[in-house]
Amino acid sequence: MTNKKVVIPIGPQHPALKEPGCFTLTLEGEKVTNAVVGVGYNHRGLEKSCESRSYIQCLYIIERVCGICSHSHSTNFLRAVEQIAGVEISRRANYIRVLMAELERLHSHLLWLGVAGHIIGFDTLLMYSWRDRELVLDQLATIGGNRVNYGINTIGGVRRDIDAQNIEDLKKMCTIVEEQAKYYAQIALTETTLAARLGGVGKLSHDDCIKYGAVGPTSRAAGVADDIRKTDPYCLYEEMPFDVITTEYADVFGRTVVRVLEIFESVKIIRYVLDNLPDGELVVKVPRKIPAGESVTRYEAPRGEDVHMVRANGTEYPERVRVRAPSEANWHGMAHMIEGDYLADAPLIIAAIDPCYSCTDRKIIVDNKDTETQSVLDWNQLRQYSIDWYKNRGIDTTKIQIPEKKLYF
Amino acid sequence: MPLAIFGLLVFPGFLFLSVYSLWFEYLDRKMYARMQNRQGPPWFQPLADFLKLIGKETIIPDDADKPVFKILPVFALAAATAAFLYVPIWGQTGLYSFEGDIVVVLYLLTIPTLAFFLAGWFSTSVYATIGSVRSLTQLFSYEIPIFMALLSPAILSGSWSIAGNAAFYHTHPLYILINIPAFIVAVIAIQGKLERVPFDAPEAETEIVAGAFTEYSGRLLAIFRMTIDAELIVVASIMAAIFFPAFVANPVLGFIIYLVKTFIILFILTVIRSVMARIRIEQMVVFCWKYLVPLALIQILLNLLLKGVLPL
Repeated sequence: MTNKKVVIPIGPQHPALKEPGCFTLTLEGEKVTNAVVGVGYNHRGLEKSCESRSYIQCLYIIERVCGICSHSHSTNFLRAVEQIAGVEISRRANYIRVLMAELERLHSHLLWLGVAGHIIGFDTLLMYSWRDRELVLDQLATIGGNRVNYGINTIGGVRRDIDAQNIEDLKKMCTIVEEQAKYYAQIALTETTLAARLGGVGKLSHDDCIKYGAVGPTSRAAGVADDIRKTDPYCLYEEMPFDVITTEYADVFGRTVVRVLEIFESVKIIRYVLDNLPDGELVVKVPRKIPAGESVTRYEAPRGEDVHMVRANGTEYPERVRVRAPSEANWHGMAHMIEGDYLADAPLIIAAIDPCYSCTDRKIIVDNKDTETQSVLDWNQLRQYSIDWYKNRGIDTTKIQIPEKKLYF
Repeated sequence: MPLAIFGLLVFPGFLFLSVYSLWFEYLDRKMYARMQNRQGPPWFQPLADFLKLIGKETIIPDDADKPVFKILPVFALAAATAAFLYVPIWGQTGLYSFEGDIVVVLYLLTIPTLAFFLAGWFSTSVYATIGSVRSLTQLFSYEIPIFMALLSPAILSGSWSIAGNAAFYHTHPLYILINIPAFIVAVIAIQGKLERVPFDAPEAETEIVAGAFTEYSGRLLAIFRMTIDAELIVVASIMAAIFFPAFVANPVLGFIIYLVKTFIILFILTVIRSVMARIRIEQMVVFCWKYLVPLALIQILLNLLLKGVLPL
C-alpha cells in the first residue's frame, strides 16, 4: 500500500464540501503527491444577467452572489456605481454600511470556526461557535429583515435606519460575542489536539502568498499586511479604530488565529460605529440613468479582497459587470498548499481559505482540438445519446409515463 | 438446557446486549449533545435509526465479493456477542467462566475490527479501502497497550479469568489503586478500538466519507452499527469488572451496581469525545507507541515487582 499510487477524488459530492468542487488527489500512502483543483460546477451566469437589468435590479442579483458575504458584494457594486454617477453618500449611510459589514465579518468568521472544527472532528467547537453566530444573525435579521440577504443597501445610501433599541441590542450582543471569542482564542491557542491538527498544515509562505495572489486571512496568516480597509480605505474606514491582524505561522493554525482575533477587531469597530453614529440622510437621490464611465472598486470581504468592475454606457442598464470574489484569488495557491500534506488534512486545507464555490465559478469552455476522441454535442444530440444509452441497457425511456403533477395541500 | 438457551439468547445474551447497547447509544448521544449545548435525541432515537436502516434497501457494489460482503457484519456482531457471555453482569462471574477467559474476550473483541477491515477491503471503493487500511494501522497501535493494560492487573492477582480478578480485587480493594496507570492506558486505547474521537480517523466522515462502511447500506449497515454499540458495552463491562471491583452477593443489587459502573465508563468516554479533535492516523500511531506502550510496560513491571513484595 505504501508505494502504490492511489487516486482519490474529493468531490464533486463529498461530505467535507458544502458546494460542488472536485479535488483529484494522488496519494502515496497517506501523503498527497499531486493535487488537481477542479472548480466550475456552479456557474450561474450572474454577470451576464446583470447586463440586461437596471441598476436597482442588478443590486438584488449582486447581493445573491454569495450567501455569506452578501453585503460585501452589494456594497462594492454600489460603490462602483456611485463613483461613476459622482454621488457622495451621507456619513450616516456609510456608518451603517460599515456596521453591517462588520456584523457580516463576525458571523462569517464564527461560521468558519465551526466548519473547521467539524472537519477536524471537533464537533463541540462547531456547536458552540454556531450557537454564538445565531446572536449575530438575530441582530442582522432585526436590522435588515433577513438572516443572510439583508437588503440594506440601495443606490445612494441604505434602506433601513438604526434606532436606539438596535444600538442597545447590538451592544449586548457585542459583549457576549467578545466574551465567547476570548474563550475560542484560548481554546485555539492552547488545546493540544487542535494545535496538533492545525499546526504546520497547508503551508503557504509569505512569498508564495504574493506569487499566487492569495488574499484575506490566508495571506494575513503569512504576515502579508494586506487589508483593503487599511491600504485603500472606503466607507469611512479611515476613521475606524482597528488593527490589521497578521501572524507568521503561514499555516491553517495561523489562519485560525487571524480569524479569531479579527472577531475582536470587528467588535471594536461595531462599538465605535454605535457610539459615533452621525446624523444625516439615509439616501441621496441618484438618477436612474447612470452616465457613461467605468469604475473598479476594492473591498475587504470576510474572505479577502473583493473586486468589482462596472462599466456604464449612459443608459439604465450597465454595459458590463465583473465580479472577482475573494475565493477566486485563493484557489491559485490551493494545489501548492495540499501537495506534500496528508490526505487527512486536505479537506481542512480546502476549508481553510473559506472557499465560496458559486461566487467564484466561471463558465468553462472546452477547447476541442482533439476531434478524434472528443466531440461536442448540442442539446438534442445529448438527449438522443441518453435515450440510446438507456435503450442499450434495456430501458426505453420514451415509454415512461410521467405522472400528472399532484398538489398536496 | 432451556436455561442455557435463555442465557444465550435473552439474558445476559443477545437480547439484553441489544437493548442495553441501544440504551447506551442513546445515553452517549444525549450526554454528548448536552455537553455541546444541544437538545439531543429522544430516548427511542437509536431504535428508530436501527429500524429505519433495517427497512432500507441493501445495495451491494458490483465489484464487491458478495458472500463475504454479506457475512462480515454478522460475523462481527457474533464475535462481540460471544465476548459478552464471559463478562460479569450481576456478580463476580459471567454466564460462562474459565481460567483464561480474559484473553478470549480480548481476542473476540479484535474480530470486529478485522471484520471492518475486510468489509472495507472487499467493497473495493477508494474511500473504503483507505478507511480499512487505517483501521488495520490503528489496530496495530492500540491492541498492544489494551492487552497490556487489561492483563497487568491479572499479573498481580495471579488469575487469568475475569472472575478470578474480580474476586481478588474484591478481597484486596486497595490494590486496585496500583492499577491506575493501566486504567488510564485502557481508557485511552479503547477509544481506538471503538473508533471514537480522537481516534476516529478510520471513519473520518469529512475525509473518507464513512471509511470502511462507505459502501454498506440498509440491513448490513444496521448490523455493523449494532456491532459498534455492542463492542462499547463489552469493553465498558470488562473494564468495570477489572478496574472497579465493587461486588455484592445479591444479584439484583449487583446488576444495578454493574449499570452504574458501566455508566461511569461511558461518561468518561463521552467527555473525551466532546472535548477533543480527531488526530491524524500517524499522530495516533506515534502517540500509542511513544506514550501508551511505555506506560503499560511500567505498569507490568510494577505489578511483577509488587507480586514478589506484597503479602498475597
